[in-house]
Amino acid sequence: MGKRVGMEVSIGAAEAVKLARAECIAAYPITPQTHIVEHLSELVNNGELDAEFIPVESEHSAMSVCCGCSAVGARTFTCTSSQGMALMNEILFIVPAMRLPIVMILANRSLSSPLSIWNDHSDIMSIRDTGWIQLFAENGQEVVDHVLFAFKVAENPNVLLPVMINMDGFILSHVIEPIELPDQDVVDKFLPPYNPVQRLHPDHPITMGAFAIPDLFTETKKAQEEAIKSSFPYIIKAWDELGNTIGRYYNPIEKYKSEGKKILFITMGSFGETVMTAIDMMEEKGIDVGLIRIRLWRPFPEKEFLDAIKDADILIVIDRAITFGGMAGPVTTEIRSVLYHEENMPAVVGFICGLAGRDVTPKDYERMVEIAKEKVKKGKEKEYEIYGVRE
Amino acid sequence: MEPLNVYAARLITTKEYFTPGHRACQGCAEALAVRLVAKALGRDVIVSAATGCMEIVSSNLPYTAWKVPWIHVAFENAAAVASGVEAGLKVLMRKGKLPKKKIYSLAMAGDGGTSDIGLQALSGALERGHNMLFVCYDNEAYMNTGIQRSSSTPYGAATTTSPAGKVIKGQTTWKKNVAEIAAAHSIPYVATACPSYPFDLMKKVKKGAEADGPAYIHILSVCPTGWRIPPDLSIRIGRLAVETGIFPLYEVENGKYNINFVPEKLRPVEDYLKPQGRFRHLTPEMIEKIQNRVNKEWEKLKAKAGLCE
Repeated sequence: MGKRVGMEVSIGAAEAVKLARAECIAAYPITPQTHIVEHLSELVNNGELDAEFIPVESEHSAMSVCCGCSAVGARTFTCTSSQGMALMNEILFIVPAMRLPIVMILANRSLSSPLSIWNDHSDIMSIRDTGWIQLFAENGQEVVDHVLFAFKVAENPNVLLPVMINMDGFILSHVIEPIELPDQDVVDKFLPPYNPVQRLHPDHPITMGAFAIPDLFTETKKAQEEAIKSSFPYIIKAWDELGNTIGRYYNPIEKYKSEGKKILFITMGSFGETVMTAIDMMEEKGIDVGLIRIRLWRPFPEKEFLDAIKDADILIVIDRAITFGGMAGPVTTEIRSVLYHEENMPAVVGFICGLAGRDVTPKDYERMVEIAKEKVKKGKEKEYEIYGVRE
Repeated sequence: MEPLNVYAARLITTKEYFTPGHRACQGCAEALAVRLVAKALGRDVIVSAATGCMEIVSSNLPYTAWKVPWIHVAFENAAAVASGVEAGLKVLMRKGKLPKKKIYSLAMAGDGGTSDIGLQALSGALERGHNMLFVCYDNEAYMNTGIQRSSSTPYGAATTTSPAGKVIKGQTTWKKNVAEIAAAHSIPYVATACPSYPFDLMKKVKKGAEADGPAYIHILSVCPTGWRIPPDLSIRIGRLAVETGIFPLYEVENGKYNINFVPEKLRPVEDYLKPQGRFRHLTPEMIEKIQNRVNKEWEKLKAKAGLCE
């Protein structure tokens, strides 16, 4: 096992990409993703990572270059944020449709305007339906572990889909945490070299990215939907293998003091840690609340989620993005849709908070519990709230 | 190059890599150019194609006209995808994961995918110095979407978004010179070509592919549908473009200009413009304006090639 050392999460992420022996990295700098690409280019230029680092002229080209690299069979990585992600949006849809196992870290940041470099989930929520496998990391160690995991899942011939690791910008990317980097031989055993099912090569010419007439388009899309749905057991298997290798086990839905609790928080990403602290503080005051963290956002682990919330009466869903003109935040809307056919449907109270890096403290969560209870009592749980907004 | 034409059939390989059965229009000189480029490069190539006519006519799922590996990702990124192909092959061969072998990375796009929406990705790829060949098949408008003007549409030409109106008569701007933009990147090889001169075209494609670094070839591809000419005139119109000096054939090898076809005297531009429906509305003044511009550009090019008195 490797040693736990204090390092910036971005450096840890880049070191994980090195441990994964990525072969092609194409990226364009954008705050708060920069430290990852800076460190990766250092690793390449110092000869510590034998890879091609392609410093492209835009994020659109970053993902396009990644397509070329992955299509010839190279293990391919990129990372971006916010506006950069928005610029590569067109290609994000094409990658899973072409079954290219690219791994990307998205250092989550607000989408402009107003321009903001700070963290929320407006970027990732805008690309929810691109067809990528989407994960949320809660701390630096999870980012590191999931880089290795992401390649393992993506390159599985039964999956062959790109994987996106969401990492809260600044809150995770720029903090120093104790991180354990597994030893190279351990990683090599867990993650053997990528062996593509097919690749672009003159010895066996294939055509990739053909166009489809309406008569065939629906069938290709159904096949893609089947691919991501049937990736689920392989995702679970890869987590088991990762756990057996490095001793840290992960689940699509993580629980914290949730057993038998009537009120549960639902979070994604780094908020989970603050909520855990809040729950401990509330516990001392006799307020009984639990936490459910959604780690796997796509494919959505419906069964595991329903199982985790089965005893709850109130779900307090924390969103970090707005669905303008919609019913609630995107996660809240999703949760309601998951619950629709359940017999004993809990009340779902949605809060939108932490936009553009605004702090949400344990005290705020305690207040949200009070507001949620009040709303449910008044039968007004349907109305979501942008928490802490000055009106 | 003239005497070579006698032996044409025997000098070109009979192998087809861009095969018949695709859905290009009758008389499409772009399809002909693609075919010649593919022949010149042979089997050891990976093609990254932009969205456009040639993508649509050759890749109707589940069919393909391509006998070489081919990928299409999007409209504006052929150069970026081809960069990735090159980088991927390089690292895999370096690490011994693929047998070492010269495999060309070819990017292909139309004039829109090159001079407009694809210009940034092209410039990025040329600047980064990838060992790749970018071929622009220039039919001087967005033909695939229905003949809309691009920055490569010549002055005066009528398109569906630069119509010959009562006040404004066709395209009001001069054609963007992407070959010169490519040359400004100081890459090892830039050339212009036209399928009406097949040997010249194929020779340049081979040269470009073998260059040590990025190469750019701009191919004028006559489009009977968009240019409003009978399909059997495609080759003739291509020749007239060269003979009038409207589209000179030249190379820039490591910064050195070489004009491949220097007629004793340029034919009047009218010979080229008259047969084409897209120029039907041109006034004598507009033709004169075009003639003056062609003369000026021709002299400029000759000066670069050291051909001025």
